[in-house]
Amino acid sequence: MPILLDPQMMRAIIMDHYEKPRNKRTPTDPNYKMMHIDSPNCIDDIQVFLREENGVIVDCAFDGVACTISTASTDIMTELVVGKTTSEALYIIEQYQKMIHEQPFDDSVLDEAIVFINTHRQAARIKCATIGWDALEELLDHRHEKK
Amino acid sequence: MKIIDPYKLRNDFPMFQNKVKMQGRPLIFLDNASTTFKPYAVLKAVNEYFETSTANSHRGDYDLCYNVDLKIDEARQTLANFIHADKREIVFTSGTSMSINLIAYGYGAKHLTKDDEILITQAEHASNVLPWFKVGEMTGCKINYIPLNDQGKLVAENLKKVISKKTKIVAVAHVTNVLGFIIDIKEIVKIAHEYGAIVVCDGAQSVPHMPTDVKDSDVDFLSFSGHKMVGPTGIGVLYGKYALLEKTAPFMTGGGMNAKFDMCGDVTYLNPPSKFEAGTQNIEGIFGLKAAVDYLQNIGMENIRAYEDELRAYALGKLKKNAKVVIYNETADSGIITFNVKGVFAQDEATYLNSQGIACRSGQHCAKILLDYLGEVATVRASLYFYNTKEDVDAFVSALEKGGDFLDAYFA
Repeated sequence: MPILLDPQMMRAIIMDHYEKPRNKRTPTDPNYKMMHIDSPNCIDDIQVFLREENGVIVDCAFDGVACTISTASTDIMTELVVGKTTSEALYIIEQYQKMIHEQPFDDSVLDEAIVFINTHRQAARIKCATIGWDALEELLDHRHEKK
Repeated sequence: MKIIDPYKLRNDFPMFQNKVKMQGRPLIFLDNASTTFKPYAVLKAVNEYFETSTANSHRGDYDLCYNVDLKIDEARQTLANFIHADKREIVFTSGTSMSINLIAYGYGAKHLTKDDEILITQAEHASNVLPWFKVGEMTGCKINYIPLNDQGKLVAENLKKVISKKTKIVAVAHVTNVLGFIIDIKEIVKIAHEYGAIVVCDGAQSVPHMPTDVKDSDVDFLSFSGHKMVGPTGIGVLYGKYALLEKTAPFMTGGGMNAKFDMCGDVTYLNPPSKFEAGTQNIEGIFGLKAAVDYLQNIGMENIRAYEDELRAYALGKLKKNAKVVIYNETADSGIITFNVKGVFAQDEATYLNSQGIACRSGQHCAKILLDYLGEVATVRASLYFYNTKEDVDAFVSALEKGGDFLDAYFA
């Protein structure tokens, strides 16, 4: 179920993930896939790491230089997708992208990521709110291509 | 007596007269180092070309065309007077980037060798760095850096420490785009000339804001852009000493720049500045730029400089009262104010300012000095022009007082 859309709570969630990101680290294990992504508009310059086992995401992390919006949105994403299958993760990413771009979306899978629902009001920041998600989508899609 | 009445001058600008809003609020434009608004006089000059005097320049046998040639010549003279140059030393380009590239490829790549050196600084804009990297790739010459002082400013003594007989080009901005220091260009030129080097000056942030005199400073090349000085985009100037322009190869070849050519490949180029102006020029841009210069000169460059100084001091006085604001270039002397709000990421602050209708720029501003000199990966830049008012500054200062609430931009 989505969390309540209380502005104070939404703000607190963003700041919490920015100040204390859960998965901001660079794994040394060679079994991780990595995607580097940066933004021409913002300072964002991050790497997203993905480890899958038997079609299930067992770990997802990111590292690099990133603004509040990109740090928080990417960190929330890493928590959301762990334990999910590739297709479940792609579905979550798709719903998130729809939300960001003001299209109808399935809020049941987004959990805390719902806090970015107002990003369109600051259109210049859409890239910040999606940069980590774009990278993960790319990583997951590559897996599909190899099949 | 007031040096400039910005309220009166705002009547000349459609962006103010049309009461343009941003995020539903009156627009406060503090991004003038990026680009500037255009007065009606510039629009009129551009439109006149479209509405009553369209024709191509060069070799027209009819009146309209002849008149275009005359007006381009008149514009060239206006630009020359503006910077105290000779008309033959004014080359129209698309802007500063093209001007610097023209010198890099046309002069640098032609005359430098692997034993030579180009000196730049870490405070330069990408357009005064990357063309020189290209020259390095093409000729094997070295690109070295003049150390900045502890505030990030280029001072003449530091040039003396590194310049040598190997130095052929010193490429520096008169005013840097991030920290806004005005360098002593005359002294830099004097030192460079003692070693036989030429000085390529990036005037993008200086020419719009202060008097420019290339005879007095003795710079060898100077580049600037029209759109940063109330002119149109896509038009700018390369000034070069005539003897150096003669030694510069054309960056582009084509119509309007050759005197004659034959099937054997023998080509004779026209003399500068025509040599560098291949193809149909940005004619409406040239007319718009002339109108922009007329407009600025009517206000007076000394007055613009003095007013920006006063407005900067007013802004700093207020900003310093806010303990959350860190200013990185307090000792600079242009209209550029570079800052952060403690605990707030630069772009988040700029987004918050956007939500308040205030246009500022965040990021690395195309210069990579920030980490080395500021210990910050990103900053916010507010840049003033003569049409900014104390009320603009007040709104900006009061928005920053709430700066910690930048996520308001998301949830307001």
